[in-house]
Amino acid sequence: MTDTSSAVADKIRCDACPVMCYIKPGAAGACDRYANHDGELVRVDPHIILERTVSHGGRLVPFQASGDWDGKIVHEPSRFVTAIGAGTTYPDYKPAPFIVSSEVEGVDMVTVVTEGIFSYCGVKVKIDTDRYLGPETATVRAQGEAVGHVTTSEYGSQMLSLGGVHHLTGGSKKEGRVTCDTLMDLSNGRAVELTIDGGATVVVQAGHAPIVNGLTEERMRVGCGSATIGMFAKQWQGKIDEVVVVDDHITGVLSEHQAGKLLDIPDTGIKMKGRRSTPGRYFQVAEPGTGWGGTNISDPLAILGPFDPKTARPGLTMLMVSTTGEHAAYYQLDDGLRPVETAMPDALRQSVARIQENCEPALCTVLFMAGAGGSLRAGVTENPVRLTRSVKDALTRVTSGGAPVYVWPGGGITYMVDVTQMPANAFGYVPTPALVAPIEFTMRLSDYAALGGHMDSVRPLSSLKDNAELLPWPQKGAIPGQGR
Amino acid sequence: MTRLPQIAWLADGRRLHLQDGPIDLIIEAKGNELEVRAAYQAAARRLTGLLDELCDELAELRLAADPLQSSMKGVVARRMHAAVAPFAGDCFITPMAAVAGAVADEILGAMREAAQLDRAYVNNGGDIALHLGLGEAFKIGLMDRPDTDGVLRMLSIDADDPVRGVATSGRHGRSFSLGIADAVTVLARTASQADAAATIIANAVDLPAHPAITRVPASDLQPDSDLGARLVTREVGTLSDSDITRALETGAAQARRLLEAGLIEAAVLRLSGAIVTVGAKRIDDVELRRIGESEPRNLIHA
Repeated sequence: MTDTSSAVADKIRCDACPVMCYIKPGAAGACDRYANHDGELVRVDPHIILERTVSHGGRLVPFQASGDWDGKIVHEPSRFVTAIGAGTTYPDYKPAPFIVSSEVEGVDMVTVVTEGIFSYCGVKVKIDTDRYLGPETATVRAQGEAVGHVTTSEYGSQMLSLGGVHHLTGGSKKEGRVTCDTLMDLSNGRAVELTIDGGATVVVQAGHAPIVNGLTEERMRVGCGSATIGMFAKQWQGKIDEVVVVDDHITGVLSEHQAGKLLDIPDTGIKMKGRRSTPGRYFQVAEPGTGWGGTNISDPLAILGPFDPKTARPGLTMLMVSTTGEHAAYYQLDDGLRPVETAMPDALRQSVARIQENCEPALCTVLFMAGAGGSLRAGVTENPVRLTRSVKDALTRVTSGGAPVYVWPGGGITYMVDVTQMPANAFGYVPTPALVAPIEFTMRLSDYAALGGHMDSVRPLSSLKDNAELLPWPQKGAIPGQGR
Repeated sequence: MTRLPQIAWLADGRRLHLQDGPIDLIIEAKGNELEVRAAYQAAARRLTGLLDELCDELAELRLAADPLQSSMKGVVARRMHAAVAPFAGDCFITPMAAVAGAVADEILGAMREAAQLDRAYVNNGGDIALHLGLGEAFKIGLMDRPDTDGVLRMLSIDADDPVRGVATSGRHGRSFSLGIADAVTVLARTASQADAAATIIANAVDLPAHPAITRVPASDLQPDSDLGARLVTREVGTLSDSDITRALETGAAQARRLLEAGLIEAAVLRLSGAIVTVGAKRIDDVELRRIGESEPRNLIHA
């Protein structure tokens, strides 16, 4: 048992800006934006309202982005209140700071706006690259502090799982702070440099290409080496004797591959290193790395043994190419059956270009994931579990900064949201450390009453205009209650 | 991971709102469209990192100013010190008394350096730096209390006036006051000078040991206040007319000294509904009224 009452009654130090105010309970810092509420730092910012401007194309940050945003007062019915800057109390035994009623297409809608303080939160990062970033479960670090780990990779992508309560509050103070900074920066769309134990250094920014060990990744691979053989076998037939698609996962060999067999491509006597899986498909031809096809090799011949003199012949031609087409080389066997690199014929150059063309641009995607616990729900309704049920029954629409979210099945309201769909700088933090993220629950006014809503705290939207900022709606069709 | 200021238009689409930590600026510039844009960009650029510069020297800035010399390095910190130095020989004052005005001066300076403007202001939470081109003027509304929006005096400042700074201090604002004035508004040559002088005059509007006045150590309210354990005003109970007159007169005497010393151009002192003006020729009496649609476009809250 720990007695926390003395801590609650004591001043806290705000680290939202370099002034680093000490704030007494019930008082605000020098900025009047952050206050000490029973020992918790809370934000009391003005509110951001999104105006849904379907044709606007999704630009926010009016001053720097477009410069000519007119900032006009919104017109009915295209506005939606987000929770950004709503402030929150924690634990939320009081009604959420803003409960706004607004009419959307004739349905009396209620948006319960709060900013959740999430200790249970993190980001899932998808990095489109085949380059080896580090072993699965390896620790991911920012500024030297552990902030997460490498998780199971996905198609053409490496995945990181960052944050979570373990790094936020379970480690050293610095680890918690750096984790919080990293999550907030990634969620606010800023670039963050991450290093992976036993692996690469990668710069991650939502919606931008990853930079792995200083090199900007341009494309996702078209498929694994075996799949690439399958896709292009027909285009290679008659133009070349052998093709090896180098891939850290499955390296493909045309003459041995099922696709080659079907086209009656003759054996070439090629000898691959690595472990054969099925004909023409090889695992582990090299160590993972940032070279050809996500392996550590820079000379592709290193994955070949000597050609079998019983089958191979001088003059035999061979293309070696990576799964993105980024690396490619053309060889001919000399009289000693040794491959010698020579100029690539145009027809083959085109097939390499075709591989490149079929690779999608490599991006980093950042999904913020958090769980709305009992206290946050209590800010919305007097009977928190009914809110959960209402969300599950799809009567209540959950959004984060106005962006659509995926709500996990099962208990609680655990959601994921693409941070690039949210307004700029939607995320804040408290020194707990924990992230402050906007979350909105939208439902029919009658449904809100039915689930035990704080009806006496409902305010008409017009009452917010004077102390709220107005922003254009960031994307098409995401207004609650209207479908997508 | 540089922290960037928050930048947005206000709802009228004319005024720019910049905020970083406790710095909260409302800016409007008039002139050629391209020049105005360049000025706004310069303002945003200059504000970026400015708070960090100040915080590098925050510990020193919170100490009583030396009337003769300064060890400050930052240009804003030096301006803060310069603004309070004339008072530092006679009373306790820290450079923090001029922080809001000094930031307003600095941002306006960056805007003027970047662009030719007809007219501009930078309003840092009520402490305002002004730029007036030839033939231009500002109308400034005085409120009776900073926490309400009643206008009870109009000030007109034109290009021929030496006034380029307006600041208000009192017991209702964000910072603490040693005095009991509801508000003291000062016109001076710069916003930082006005800011420092308003603090000094507001502190002088006082009734020492009066039983109706509740005072508490500043450090009890804000642990890191530059005022330390000095008693600041929390509540002012009912005062008799003679008490009000006496307190205002003490403040007005201080204001007249500053006027004679050339440190201010004018001051308006308010306490419990009573008003005293010093250097009154610039202050036009108007009817007490609320701000409404009919107010002139260029009205600024001081």
